[in-house]
Amino acid sequence: MHRIKAQLMDDDAIRRALYRLSHEITEKNKGVDDLVLIGIRTRGVPLAQRLAALIKKNEGVDLPVGVLDITFYRDDLSLISQQPVVHKTEIPIRLTGKKVVLVDDVLFTGRTVRAAMDAVMDLGRPRLIQLAVLVDRGHRELPIRADFIGKNAPTSQRETVSVKLKETDGEDRVVIEEVADGKD
Amino acid sequence: MSFTQTRTLGARRHLLGLEDLSAAEINEVLETAIPCKEIIQREIKKLPTLRGRTVVTLFFEPSTRTRISFELAAKWLGADTVNVTVSTSSVQKGENFVDTARTIEALGADFIILRHSMAGAAHLLAENVKCRVINAGDGAREHPTQALLDIFTLKEKLGRIQGLKVAIVGDILHSRVAMSNIYGLTKLGAKVMVVGPPTLIPKGLTELGVEVEHNLDRALNEVDVVNMLRIQLERQQKGLFPSLREYARLYGLNAERLNKARKDLIVMHPGPTNLGVEITEEAATDSRSVITAQVTNGVAVRMAIFYLLNGGRANDEFLS
Repeated sequence: MHRIKAQLMDDDAIRRALYRLSHEITEKNKGVDDLVLIGIRTRGVPLAQRLAALIKKNEGVDLPVGVLDITFYRDDLSLISQQPVVHKTEIPIRLTGKKVVLVDDVLFTGRTVRAAMDAVMDLGRPRLIQLAVLVDRGHRELPIRADFIGKNAPTSQRETVSVKLKETDGEDRVVIEEVADGKD
Repeated sequence: MSFTQTRTLGARRHLLGLEDLSAAEINEVLETAIPCKEIIQREIKKLPTLRGRTVVTLFFEPSTRTRISFELAAKWLGADTVNVTVSTSSVQKGENFVDTARTIEALGADFIILRHSMAGAAHLLAENVKCRVINAGDGAREHPTQALLDIFTLKEKLGRIQGLKVAIVGDILHSRVAMSNIYGLTKLGAKVMVVGPPTLIPKGLTELGVEVEHNLDRALNEVDVVNMLRIQLERQQKGLFPSLREYARLYGLNAERLNKARKDLIVMHPGPTNLGVEITEEAATDSRSVITAQVTNGVAVRMAIFYLLNGGRANDEFLS
C-alpha cells in the first residue's frame, strides 16, 4: 500500500508551472518554428496538450502535438512476467528536421526518456530533442537531464511521486507517496 | 501462484488454439495488434522489443505466407529468425518431430512456430519443451493466428464482432481455419454459419452453436461476412465432391453472386486462392474483398502474439 506523505503541488501550482514552462519552451527555441510537442503516455499527453494550448495563447500558433507509447522500447520487458498494455503511437507529422519537445509528468531514473528518444529516432531524424517534465525527482540511472522543469523535488528511493491530472484522474495534484511498511 | 479470471495471454507460455482461450485473451490480442499495425505502416519497421530472442519456424507442411508473416513479425520486433522446413517426403517413418524440436530448443530457440499435419502436434510439443510454442496449423484442428487475423480484420472494418453473422464456406471438414474461426467468433458473440456440401461438413458442429447451410445463395442473403475457404486440391481424389467445376458452380463466389449480395458484405479468404474454384478473380478483387488487408493484418496480429507471450522469467517459474 502507498500512503500519501506530502502534497507537492496543488492545481494552482501546476497551472503556474505549466505557464512558465510554455514561455521557457518558446524562449529557448526563439519562437515556435518547427516545434513539435510529444507527450509520453500516459500523463505526458494531457500535459503536452495543455502546453500547446498555452503556447497558442502566447504566440497565436497551433503546435502539432503527438502521442508516444514507449512500451515496445522498455528495457525491462524480459524481466517482467505480464507484458504491459501497449497503446498506439500517434505522431501527426514527419519528425525529420523538427525540434521535438518530449513531455512527461515525472523524471526519475531516465529510462523512460531513453526509451522515448529511441522511439522518436525510429520515426525520423529530428533536428533536436528537448525534455520538459512537470516534476524532476532525481535518482537518475542514465546520463539524462531535463531542459524544462516544473518543479524539482528531492525524494528518497522509497518514495514515489504521483501526478494526478484532471484528464486522467479527475483532479490536478502532485503528491509524494511512501511505500507503507511490509510488503509492497 | 493462483490465477484469477483476469488471466491474460501473457500468463501463458504457448498459443495452441482458440478453443482454450477466453474472450478476454482474444480481445487482448486484438487490442495489442492495433499499435503493432501502426508500426508496420512506418518507414522504419524495427523495434527492440524482442532483441536477443530467437524464433524458429518449424514447418512440416508447405506454407509461404504464414511462414513469411511469422518471420516478418518476429524480425520487426527485433528477434532473430531461423526457418526449418521439413518436406514431408523426406521425413522417415517414425521420425519423432518432438526430438527435432528439442534439438532446436537446445540450439537456443525461445519460440518455436510449429506447423504439422498431425492434429494436436503443437499441444504435444508444448508438453515437451521449455520454450514457447505457437501453433501455425495442426492437421485439421486449429490455426489460431489465422482466425485471430481474420477477426482483427473484421473488427477493423466493422468496429465490432458481437452480433455479426459470418458464413464460412467450403471444405469445413478438413479446415483448421474454420475450426479456429468458429471458436474465436462464437466466443466474441458472433454467429457462425458453415456452408458447403454435406460431405465436407463434419458432424457435431451444431453443438458448438454453429448453423449448417448447404446453399450458398441462401447463406449470402443472411450474413454480414463470407469467408471463402481454399479447396485443397489434393483432397479432391477422395471423391468428396464430383468435380471442381461442379463445386465452383455451387459454392464458388463469383461476380454474379456478388452482384446480388448486399453492398456492404465483407469477403474474406485465408489464401492462397484457387481462382476460379472457390472464388473468381473478380470476386477476390471486388471492393468488398478484404483479402489484402488480411495479409497485412496477419503480421500485426502475430507481432501482438509474440509480444504478449514474451514474458520474463516469472512466467517460466510459475508455469513450468
